[in-house]
Amino acid sequence: MKTWLDAWPVFRQLTGPDPLGRGAAARSRATENVVARTATADRVVQSVCPYCSVGCAQRVYVKDEQVVQIEGDPDSPVNRGRLCPKGSASKSLVTSPTRVTKVRYRRPYGTEWEDLDLDTAMEMIADRVLDARRRYWQDECDGKRVNRTMGIASLGGAALDNEENYLMKKLYSAMGAIQIENQARI
Amino acid sequence: MNSDCIVIEGSNMAECHPVAFQWVTEAKARGAKVIHVDPRFTRTSAIADLHVPLRAGSDIVFLGALVNHVLSNDLYFHDYVAAYTNASSLIREEYQDSEDLDGLFSGWDPDSKQYDQASWQYEYEDTPDAGVSEDDPAGAAEQERLSQEESVKDADQAHASGSGGPPLHGRAKRDETLQHPRCVFQVLKRHFARYTPEKVAEVCGVEPEAFLKVAEWITANSGRERTTAFVYSVGWTQHTVGAQYIRTASILQALLGNMGRPGGGILALRGHASIQGSTDIPTLYNLLPGYLPMPHATQHQSLDDYVADAAGTGGFWGNKRAYAVSLLKAWWGDAATPENDFCFDYVPKITGDHSSYRTVADMVEGKVAGYFLAGENPTVGHANGRMQRFGLANLEWLVVRDLQMIESASFWQTAPEIETGELVTEQIPTEVFFVPAASHVEKDGTFTQTQRMLQWRFKAIEPPGDCRSDLWFYYHLGRILRERLEDSTDPRDRPLLDLTWDYPLHGETQDPSADAVLREINGVGPDGRALSGYLDLKDDGSTTSGCWIYSGVYADEVNQAARKRPGREQGQVASEWGWSWPYNRRVLYNRASADPDGKPWSERKKYVWWDAEAGRWASTGDAVDFEATKPPDYVPPPGAKAQAALSGQDPFVMQSDGKAWLFAPKGVVDGPLPTHYEPSESPVENALYAVQGNPSTEHIQAPYNREAPSMGDVFPYSVTTYRLTEHHTAGAMSRTLPYLSELQPEFFVEVSPELAAERGLENGGWATLVSPRAAIEARVLVTERIRPIRTRGGQVVHQIGAPYHWGETGISTGDSANDLLPVVMDPNTHIQESKASTVDIRPGRRPRGPELTELLEQYRHRAGIASGRMPVGGRVAVEGT
Amino acid sequence: MTTVSSASPAFTGNDPQNRLFGPLPDVQGEAGYATDHPARVGFFTDTSVCIGCKACEVACKEWNTLPMDDSYGNRDTLGLSGMSYDNTGQLGANTWRHVAFIEQVRTVDLPMPTMGPPATRQDGITDAPDEAEPGDSVVTAQTSVLNAEALSEFDPQTSQSGDREIRWLMSSDVCKHCTHAGCLDVCPTGALFRTEFGTVVVQGDICNGCGYCVPSCPYGVINQRKDDGRVFKCTMCYDRLTDGLQPACASACPTQSIQFGDLDELQARADARLETLKRQGVESARLYGRDEDDGVGGNGAFFLLLDEPEVYGLPPDPIVTTRDLPAMWRSAAAAAAMMVGVALSAVLGSRRS
Repeated sequence: MKTWLDAWPVFRQLTGPDPLGRGAAARSRATENVVARTATADRVVQSVCPYCSVGCAQRVYVKDEQVVQIEGDPDSPVNRGRLCPKGSASKSLVTSPTRVTKVRYRRPYGTEWEDLDLDTAMEMIADRVLDARRRYWQDECDGKRVNRTMGIASLGGAALDNEENYLMKKLYSAMGAIQIENQARI
Repeated sequence: MNSDCIVIEGSNMAECHPVAFQWVTEAKARGAKVIHVDPRFTRTSAIADLHVPLRAGSDIVFLGALVNHVLSNDLYFHDYVAAYTNASSLIREEYQDSEDLDGLFSGWDPDSKQYDQASWQYEYEDTPDAGVSEDDPAGAAEQERLSQEESVKDADQAHASGSGGPPLHGRAKRDETLQHPRCVFQVLKRHFARYTPEKVAEVCGVEPEAFLKVAEWITANSGRERTTAFVYSVGWTQHTVGAQYIRTASILQALLGNMGRPGGGILALRGHASIQGSTDIPTLYNLLPGYLPMPHATQHQSLDDYVADAAGTGGFWGNKRAYAVSLLKAWWGDAATPENDFCFDYVPKITGDHSSYRTVADMVEGKVAGYFLAGENPTVGHANGRMQRFGLANLEWLVVRDLQMIESASFWQTAPEIETGELVTEQIPTEVFFVPAASHVEKDGTFTQTQRMLQWRFKAIEPPGDCRSDLWFYYHLGRILRERLEDSTDPRDRPLLDLTWDYPLHGETQDPSADAVLREINGVGPDGRALSGYLDLKDDGSTTSGCWIYSGVYADEVNQAARKRPGREQGQVASEWGWSWPYNRRVLYNRASADPDGKPWSERKKYVWWDAEAGRWASTGDAVDFEATKPPDYVPPPGAKAQAALSGQDPFVMQSDGKAWLFAPKGVVDGPLPTHYEPSESPVENALYAVQGNPSTEHIQAPYNREAPSMGDVFPYSVTTYRLTEHHTAGAMSRTLPYLSELQPEFFVEVSPELAAERGLENGGWATLVSPRAAIEARVLVTERIRPIRTRGGQVVHQIGAPYHWGETGISTGDSANDLLPVVMDPNTHIQESKASTVDIRPGRRPRGPELTELLEQYRHRAGIASGRMPVGGRVAVEGT
Repeated sequence: MTTVSSASPAFTGNDPQNRLFGPLPDVQGEAGYATDHPARVGFFTDTSVCIGCKACEVACKEWNTLPMDDSYGNRDTLGLSGMSYDNTGQLGANTWRHVAFIEQVRTVDLPMPTMGPPATRQDGITDAPDEAEPGDSVVTAQTSVLNAEALSEFDPQTSQSGDREIRWLMSSDVCKHCTHAGCLDVCPTGALFRTEFGTVVVQGDICNGCGYCVPSCPYGVINQRKDDGRVFKCTMCYDRLTDGLQPACASACPTQSIQFGDLDELQARADARLETLKRQGVESARLYGRDEDDGVGGNGAFFLLLDEPEVYGLPPDPIVTTRDLPAMWRSAAAAAAMMVGVALSAVLGSRRS
C-alpha cells in the first residue's frame, strides 16, 4: 500500500518536500530506472580511432556482441579522452545500416550487382591473379633480370593496419607484383 | 606543448587534426605564440595569435625570406649550427647555384629534364673512391654512377637511400670559420639573398610588417632557452616542389637550432590513421619495409649490389645488409641461405616510376589486367577523377575492399562520364568484386600515428556477414594461390611457394593472428626469441625482422604497442603508452638537445644529457636517440663504419655524416637548395627567376590530363583543395554517416566577396568551375575569409577554396573537386599538385550530358589547349611525359 | 529516495519570495531533494577556445541517438545553409548542441598590424617585444594581418588606407538548465523535472506533448518532435551522470571549450578565465548566464562570449516567463478562497504554474 502510494506523484507532492512537484516528487518510473548503456555493457574494449593520424584512443562498449557506444579513452596521453566529430561518429561508422556486408559481383558488361558467395569470390579472384600474373610476366626488362608481373596493381588506403600492409607487401612481392601503392603517396 | 612559438603552415590543424590541436591551445594558454600561415582564414586561424594569408604555392618565398632574415641579421644559433649542421662543409668548385643560372642549378640536362648531381657534391679530403675501395669491393663508385641513370632517378631517389640520408663516401673538407666562399653557409647566404621581405610582398602578397612580425616571433623564441615548432601537412607536400617546401623549413629550423629539442622540430601531420605505418611498412612501389629501397634492375642484380652503397658509410644506415638479410629471412625462412643470396633474386625489380598515377595512365591504355583497391576511393580522393575512372573502365577485373559502396566500385553505374556518354555501362568490360571489409573494432592490429607511435587495437566484436579484415583477405588469398601452385615446377612460382605463410588461425572465420604477424615484423634471433631491437640484427642470416625499424615492438616477447598505462600515471613523455620506432624514441635526434659537450643547452630545455659519472646518456623520460654509452668526446677511429663512424657530437645518427643538411649534396633530384618555382598552373609570372615552374616536374600528357597555360585569361583563378573537419577524405567514412553528412551536407566552394561581385556569384547559389580537365558545380559560400591577393605589379589573384570530399554516392552527394585537378607531380615523391591550379568560375549549374563535354572543349579551344575529347570507353595512349 | 520534511516551505507557509526568480543557492533542495544531494552541476562553455569542430553535436547525437534532421523536426532536410559553416541552424528537438559560426569583419587602421600587448608568462619571460598599443578592443586571439593594398582597391567605401580585420567566432550553444526554468514551471504533467544534479530534464514517459513549455523558454531551446509530438531537449546526459561519466559533449570537446563540473567550481574557473582575458586586453570578453541576479537566476550552463550575446543569437536579457506568476497567483488565490475546496485547488494550481 505504501509503495503504491509512493509511486503516485500527487501523493509524493503533497507529503514530500517538493510541494511544487518540480523535482523529487515528479520523478517518473523511467527516471528512477535510468541507467547508462556504458554501465550495462558486457565489456569495454580498447581501440584507436580510424580517421586521422592523431591516434586517439577509444573505448568500445559492447553489449550482446553489438557495439553500443564508442568514446575517447581518458587514459590516453594522446587525446585524454577527447574526440573530434568524426571520431565521435565511430559508432555510426561501425553500425551503419548502409554498410555492405555481403559480397557484390558485377560481371563484365553487366548492368546490375549480383550476389556471390565469399568462398567462390576468393577462388575466382585467385584464378584471375594467377592468370594475370602469368600473362604479364617479365623475366627481364631491357636485358636486366626483373622477375615480375606488370598485370596486377594495388592501391591501399591508409587505415590499413601495419600487419595488413606487411602481409600485402609480402604477398605482392612474392607474386612479383610491383605497382603496389598507398594513400601515403597522395 | 613545450613550444614557445608554433608556426602552422601548410596545415589546417584545428580542422584536420582537432584533437591534437588541444596541445596547441594548451601551449598558447601558457604563453606560446601561435602563427597560422595559410591562403585561407580557417578555424585554425581563428584561434591563432596571427594569421598571415599568402598566395597558394608561394611558401618557399616566405620561408626562404625567413632563412635570409636569420642569416643576414645574424640570428642563427651559432653553436648549434657550427657543431650539428653541414654549414662548414665545402661544395665542389663546379657547383653553380640558381643565383648563377637564373633558376637552374648546374648539371641540368634539358633533354631528359633531369639533373646530373655530380657538381653538387662536397669537396672531399680524399677522393671518394679511395676511401671505400678496401671496404667495399662491390664498388660503391659503380653504384654511384648507376644512381645517376635516368630510370633510377625516375624511380624516386629520395627514398632510394632509405630512412637515412644518402650515402657519402669520404670526409668533406670543412671550414669551421664558415667564411670560405664555397662552404655551405656562404652558399646558403648567397642563394637566399634575393628572398627579401619585398619579394614576399610581391610574390606571396604578404605585407612586410606581417612578415617581420613572424620573423621576430620565431627568432625571439629560438635559441638556448626557447624553441619554436613548425607544423605542416599536405599543404606543403601536394605541390610540384613539395619536398623543397619541407627542405626550406628544415634549413630554417636547423639554423635556429630547433631540431632534436623539446618543443622544437617539424611536425608532419599525416592525414590518416596509419598513413605513417603505410610508409614505414610500405605498400609503396619503391620501398620495402623500413625504408629499404625496392631493388632497381639497373643497380641491384645481387644482394652485394643492393647493399654496396651503404657499406662504407657512416650512421646506422651502414648496417643495411643486416636489415636486408633479416627481411629476406623473415619472408623466405629456411629457403633463404647465404648460398642463394638469401633469395634476393625473389624480390621483383623496379625499372623506373611505377607510382599510382603512372599505373593509372597504363590502365587507361589497357596495360594492366587487375587492380586491388583496399580502403581507397581514388575516383573521388585522387587528382583528376576522370582519369581514374577511365583507368578503372579499362581493367579486366577490379577487387574493392571497403565498408561502404564507394564511387570507385560503382563507377560502371554512377560515373559522371556515363551521363556524358563517354562511358557506356554495357560496354565496360571490368569485372568487379566488392568484398566487404571489417571495421577498426572488428580486428586486432596496430596503427602507427603521426608521431611514429604504434598503438594496438583489440578486437571488440566479430565483423558482420562476409566482412573480413584485410589480414584475412590477403592471408587466405595467399593460401589459395599457394595451394593452386603446390605442384608447380616453374621457378617463377618459387617465391610464392617458399614464402613463410603459416600464421595461427582463430575462430570460425579462420582469422590469422595479427599478434603473430607483429612478432614476425619485430623479428627473432637464433634462439627463436623475439629481438629487442635492430641493433641485434645480423647480416649472416641468423636473425629475422620483417621491418627493422619496428624491431623492439615485441621486445621481451611482449606486445609493446599494446601497453596502455594511463597517461596521468606517467611523466610528460608517457613512454609506456604504445611504442614508437625506433627503440621507443619519442623525440628523434634528441642528442641535439644537449650541447657538443653533452650538457643541456639550458635548464629550461633540458631533455637529454651525458651523465659522465654513470658513463651513459640520461634523459627526462624519453629513450635517448644515440648510442647509450658513446661519450661526447668520442672520435671515430680510422676505418670505422656505420654508427661507429660518427663522433660523439654527431646527433643526426641516420645521416652518413651525422649532420643536419642545410645543403643537400645528394638525395633531392630537383636541386640541392630550395628554389621558388610557380605552381605548374599559375596565374602569375615567377618574380624570382626566369624559370617559371619546377623544370623537373613530372607530367602526363594525354587528352584526359590537359594542362592550362600559366598566366592565361581563360582559367584566371587559383583554386586550392582541402578537407573539412566534418568529413573524411574521399567520403566513404563520412558521407555515408547521417550525423556527419548533415553538418556539411553539400559540396560548396568558398569565394571572396570581390570575386563574387566580379563573376556574379551569390551566397547559397550555384557556380560552375571549369578547368581543362573537368567542369563541376558547387554551392557558393561568399566569405571574407577568402581574400584576393595583390602581387607583383598590382596584379590581383583571386583564390577559390574547394573541399574535395564529395562524389555521387552516400547520404551527402555532390561533384568532386578533385576532378578539376591536373596530374602534375613532384619529381622527388610523385605526389600531385593539389594545392594550387587554375580554373574559371561562372554562376549557375553546369550543363548535363554531351553539352558538358562541348563546354569543356570550347574552353580548351579558347585557351589554345589541344582537344581533350575522349573516345567512348576512354582508352587512349599517353602522348608524352 | 526522498526524505519527507515537515519543514517544507509549502507547509510552513514561508514561501521564499524568490521561488520563481532571483538567486537560489540550493535548487535541488528547493525541488525537494535531501540535503545530501549531489552538488549542482553545469556546463561552462568557453567560446574563446572553441574551434568549431562540432564534436559536441555529434557526440550528443550518438549518445542520445537523435534523428538526423533539422531543428524543426523535419526529416531529411540536408542542404547548405549558406551561413558560414553552420548547417545546424539552431537548437531543437533533435539538436541539443548547436555550434554557431559568426564571421565578423571590421575596418582597422593599417598598415601597422594590430596586436595585443605582450603576454607575461608565469616564468617571468616576456614574449617577443610587440609594438602594438595595448588595450586594443579586438580579441588578441584573432588578429589577422592583412594585405592592405589588395583590399583597399576593391573596397573604396571601407576606407582608403584601411583594411579589414576578420574574426570568426564559434560557440556551442546548449540548454541553459536555468535556475528558474520556465519550461519546468509551466509543465502541467510533471514531465519536466529538476534532477538531483540540479539539471532540468524531460521525462519521455510522462510528456503528453501539450507543448506549453515551448513558448515558455526564454532561449527557444525546447521543441516538439513533429512525428512524435513530445518535446525533447538536452538532458545534460542524465543517464551518464548516474554512471559517473561526463556528458557526451563535454567528454568529446577537443579543446575543453565545453567544461562540465560542479557549478560553483565552474563559476570560479570562468571568473579566472575572464580575468586572464581582460588582462590580455580582450575587452570584449564577458560571461553570459553566470549572474545569479539575472532574469533566470543564473544558468546551469553558462558561457564566456567574445561579443554581445545577440551576436551569438542569445537573448541579451532573458527573463523567466513565470517571474510574475506568484503575484498573479496571489490575486487568483484570493478569488479562489471563496470557492469550495480552495486549498487543494491552490496547491494543484501552483503546481501547474
